[in-house]
Amino acid sequence: MFAAFRTTRQSVLPGFGLTFGYTLFYLGVIVLLPLSALFGRAAGLSWTQFVNAIFEPRVLAALRLSYSAALIGALINLVFGFIIAWVIVRYRFPGRRIVDALIDLPFALPTAVAGLALTTIYAGNGWIGGLLAPLGIKVAFAPLGVVVAVTFVGLPFVVRTLQPVLQDLDAELEEAAASLGASPFQVFVRVLWPELRAAALTGFALALARGLGEYGSIVFISGNLPLKTEIAPLLIVSKLEQYDYGGATAIAVTMLSASLGLLLLINLLQRYLSAANNGTDELRIGIETR
Amino acid sequence: MTNASNPQATLSAASREGRGRAISLPGAALISVAVIYVALFLFMPLLVVFTQALGRGWSAYFSTFKDPEVLAAVRLTLLTALIAVPLNLVFGICAAWAIAKFEFPGRSILITLIELPVAISPVISGLVFVLIFGLHGWFGPWLVKHGWSVIFAVPGIVLATIFITFPYVARELIPLMQAQGREEEEAAVLLGANGWQVFRRVTLPNIRWGLLYGVILCNARAMGEFGAVSVVSGHIRGMTMTLPLEIETLYNEYNHVAAFAAASLLTILALLTLGVKALVERAERRALESSLEGAFAARGEAA
Repeated sequence: MFAAFRTTRQSVLPGFGLTFGYTLFYLGVIVLLPLSALFGRAAGLSWTQFVNAIFEPRVLAALRLSYSAALIGALINLVFGFIIAWVIVRYRFPGRRIVDALIDLPFALPTAVAGLALTTIYAGNGWIGGLLAPLGIKVAFAPLGVVVAVTFVGLPFVVRTLQPVLQDLDAELEEAAASLGASPFQVFVRVLWPELRAAALTGFALALARGLGEYGSIVFISGNLPLKTEIAPLLIVSKLEQYDYGGATAIAVTMLSASLGLLLLINLLQRYLSAANNGTDELRIGIETR
Repeated sequence: MTNASNPQATLSAASREGRGRAISLPGAALISVAVIYVALFLFMPLLVVFTQALGRGWSAYFSTFKDPEVLAAVRLTLLTALIAVPLNLVFGICAAWAIAKFEFPGRSILITLIELPVAISPVISGLVFVLIFGLHGWFGPWLVKHGWSVIFAVPGIVLATIFITFPYVARELIPLMQAQGREEEEAAVLLGANGWQVFRRVTLPNIRWGLLYGVILCNARAMGEFGAVSVVSGHIRGMTMTLPLEIETLYNEYNHVAAFAAASLLTILALLTLGVKALVERAERRALESSLEGAFAARGEAA
């Protein structure tokens, strides 16, 4: 009721016209117009040009690598990101603040620097690469390197979306469930997961989208071998270098529609899930007030 | 502090509740997993940057920064950030004011559109500017006729950087200003303050920490952008090379010490960004706690 009152009330604050107008203008000039150039160019391609550009074996291999590496990276981040967020919120231990602060590193560190550092660590003579080489595991200059890079860049997205939700969760709920005889696994599945799934899904999708588009760190670590370790964004760059604007646009539009579709899907799912959660919240409040 | 009716004690006890428990065995295992993961995955890259940069001593490290090409790259990086950050700062404040202080239809769509550049691959962000200003792009022939160049020149680098760093100030400020509501600003207006005074005296003090972090993060992203800039730069030495591009070139030439020395500058910038974030969060928490204490005290007096 209060919300309805607010929306209909005239605001006494000044500056709406100016700030709103400038926001739309700047958004249009900097973001929307340039993006419309991409779709305008894509609309100018004939269907066969489009299909030829996408179904080239090199492009298909690159798209497959980009998608599978981003998917694996996002899954790794979902598991370890959850553990890290959980530990930061629920426990006090020495070094906790440093762990918390370092989570944002992939967000603040330029991808070129990340790529340089990861390549050096995972190369055959590197700190970790040197340990894995005798086992026959090659990370840098192999598809595994792409997974390492996208896992690195995606971590903060999962941790930072889960953290606030975990902070708001009442530890008493889990304790109540445990004291009623639930196993830790049951507590997780029945009590924690329903509260966390919307945030977990969002973090997963953000990490996935970020991994799909990642370029800087991967070009250092993957070695960029055609059909083997070449990623889709790199093919856009090499098409552009040959002045094949049509081919570059076709790959870009394919990737962009996939990630925008993904974000839209997640948005809808999240709405559905939070509606479901609100239902249980109301139920719980009803029980408590009685 | 021992007095239970002391609001401060109640507050800190409340914030400690459920956290200071003894750590169980599975808890310790989880903590170890998290700490080892962070150490291997996040800390080790930092370590490797500095050990490699200083691998041949300080003089080799500093000689990197006497190279005119590296210096030109540093200058271009600074120039780009100096243009992109203020523009996105002004936009961020305007967008946050319009979105957080007013109700209008389509607000959530506007927020999604502002977030868009974060979701787009940096390579695609560079590509769109090539499609517009490139040799075979929309305005390419016209630009050539007038002797101007955007792509493979500084303007293209600046444009791509503005696009990439577009959302960072806005997405920091919007939730912050939404959470603060508008009662304080409305009170100021009713007391006769004009728009600028309201912003300067009421809004700005409330958002200064978030604003600072937004600017620092936007700056770090602007100085560190690689993919989009790489597409539009053309890699002309001493002319269109930013620091991240210079790192790649040095690395490809097997000049590892110089590549890592250049990388160490950007790493220090990233560490500063994380440091500012930690400080800002602490300041915000203090502000929240003091306002809660104020509320406790007021309730105590009323009773």
